[in-house]
Amino acid sequence: MAITREEVLHVARLARLSLPEAEADRLRVQLSAILDYVKQLDRLDTRDVVPTSHAVETGTPFRDDVVQPFGDKEAILANAPDRHNDFFRVPRIIED
Amino acid sequence: MAFEAVIGLEVHAQLSTRSKIFCACSAAFGASPNENTCPVCTGMPGVLPVLNRRAVEYTIRTAIATSSTVQRRSVFARKNYFYPDLPKAYQISQYELPIALGGHIDIETGNGPKRIGITRIHMEEDAGKLVHEGEFAGAQASLADLNRCSVPLMEIVSEPDMRTPEEGGAYLRRLHDILVYLGVCDGNMEEGSFRCDANVSVRPAGQESFGTKAELKNMNSFRNVEKALEYEIRRQIERIEDGGKVVQETRLWDANAGVTVAMRRKEEAHDYRYFPDPDLLPLIVDESWVEELRKTIPELPAEKIARLERQYGIPRYDAGILAADRALADFFEASAAIYGGNPKTTANECVHWKDAVFSGALSPETIAHAVEDRERGTISATASKKLVELVLSTGKPFRTLRDEQGLTQVSDASALDVIVEKILAASPKEVESYRGGKVGLLSFFVGQVMRESRGKANPKVVQEVLKRKLG
Repeated sequence: MAITREEVLHVARLARLSLPEAEADRLRVQLSAILDYVKQLDRLDTRDVVPTSHAVETGTPFRDDVVQPFGDKEAILANAPDRHNDFFRVPRIIED
Repeated sequence: MAFEAVIGLEVHAQLSTRSKIFCACSAAFGASPNENTCPVCTGMPGVLPVLNRRAVEYTIRTAIATSSTVQRRSVFARKNYFYPDLPKAYQISQYELPIALGGHIDIETGNGPKRIGITRIHMEEDAGKLVHEGEFAGAQASLADLNRCSVPLMEIVSEPDMRTPEEGGAYLRRLHDILVYLGVCDGNMEEGSFRCDANVSVRPAGQESFGTKAELKNMNSFRNVEKALEYEIRRQIERIEDGGKVVQETRLWDANAGVTVAMRRKEEAHDYRYFPDPDLLPLIVDESWVEELRKTIPELPAEKIARLERQYGIPRYDAGILAADRALADFFEASAAIYGGNPKTTANECVHWKDAVFSGALSPETIAHAVEDRERGTISATASKKLVELVLSTGKPFRTLRDEQGLTQVSDASALDVIVEKILAASPKEVESYRGGKVGLLSFFVGQVMRESRGKANPKVVQEVLKRKLG
């Protein structure tokens, strides 16, 4: 068993998902199966293998430092569920 | 029991690029809300970030200037958390493989120079800004302005090498000056271009292992960093002396109350689940690129202070004040090149008039002429000051004004004899007291002569003449 019920609930909380009790158990089984599958890799000796973060080994391309305004603030704000003038209006967050 | 503090500092510096780190939006401060946004920096689906080359160059220059080792390969990672100022729900940062490691900068302390280690430098994007104030105070909503989203930052993390708030302040000022010298950050603390968090712990003097640390935030000036460190160190020591324990936590500096306050602890804070950003390939920096940039590094504050001290024979303290700003040091050197008589006087004048120097209202020639005329006794210190003020208000050359205003000083003893005689004749009682031993009255006579000459007499010569006549 690769993952505990508490870990499932923890990950769900981090992702802001509310899980009904029954679903937590179902996901624990599924997630454990996935982790067990990946765990097969442990059979290989990877001590000297650099972790692969990307499939291509070229470096990231660059852009020149030139400003090109997108120029359509309305289009950006149009995606907001709520707005106030040119601000996105969001549920109040108490700074802590 | 004697305690020792252990301080490490994390600085977030905004890179002075024109555009943002991963998109072509302007990175300028002060635009109207959400003016500088696009689908990339607001995290719309299907967009791809593309790295700003200049942001990389600025970070490499900083690495070189702090003797850090630029890594050939570094990786951008996602730092995941939910907050309304972060539309992607992750910040692109660097984590396990930052762009630079293992540097140092040298600072001046009361006990001489000290080397402070730099653990790492990494690149990341800024988050947006939330507004809670004004008409929204107490309201149920906050307002998000995403202009700052993806503005390029570099985070510079020091080793826990500082032992006093003064050392912390000295490190920050030196780092700040280096970044401004390099032109990679404008250093504006009020606009948040240069921000600092501190890790502080205390331990009994002589103990090797570190105590439990607190992280301090919300200090927006050098002075506030020093004050917050002072307060926090005292708080931790008192707590231990009272038999308590220091708790690992984040504390906010309240500048008005002069205290640090524990932040409400967020459940599951710091579980950011970093992982390499699949949208960005590794950042590859070839040695040849580093070498090319190495050639662009100007003389840095520490070298400049040492050179000014050596070359002009001015005190290290003065050299430090001049070198704190590259423009001021350049102005000083330009003035000293025109008149090299006494660089210490030139240094004082440059510092005194530094606002005018920065605004470009003053030329090095003005200061050179002011210092030269004073040293030759042609004008008094008062006249010199008045003339520089006139240069600023009229724009006329210093010496033209000097002659127009007739502010040339009388240094000829025989010419001053007449005035001195007159004053002494008018003050028989004071003359008697002086001769009876009240030598402090000399300044009274000098004042009288100066007034009679309408400020034109050279006070040094006046004193000599007075002493001779009274003696």
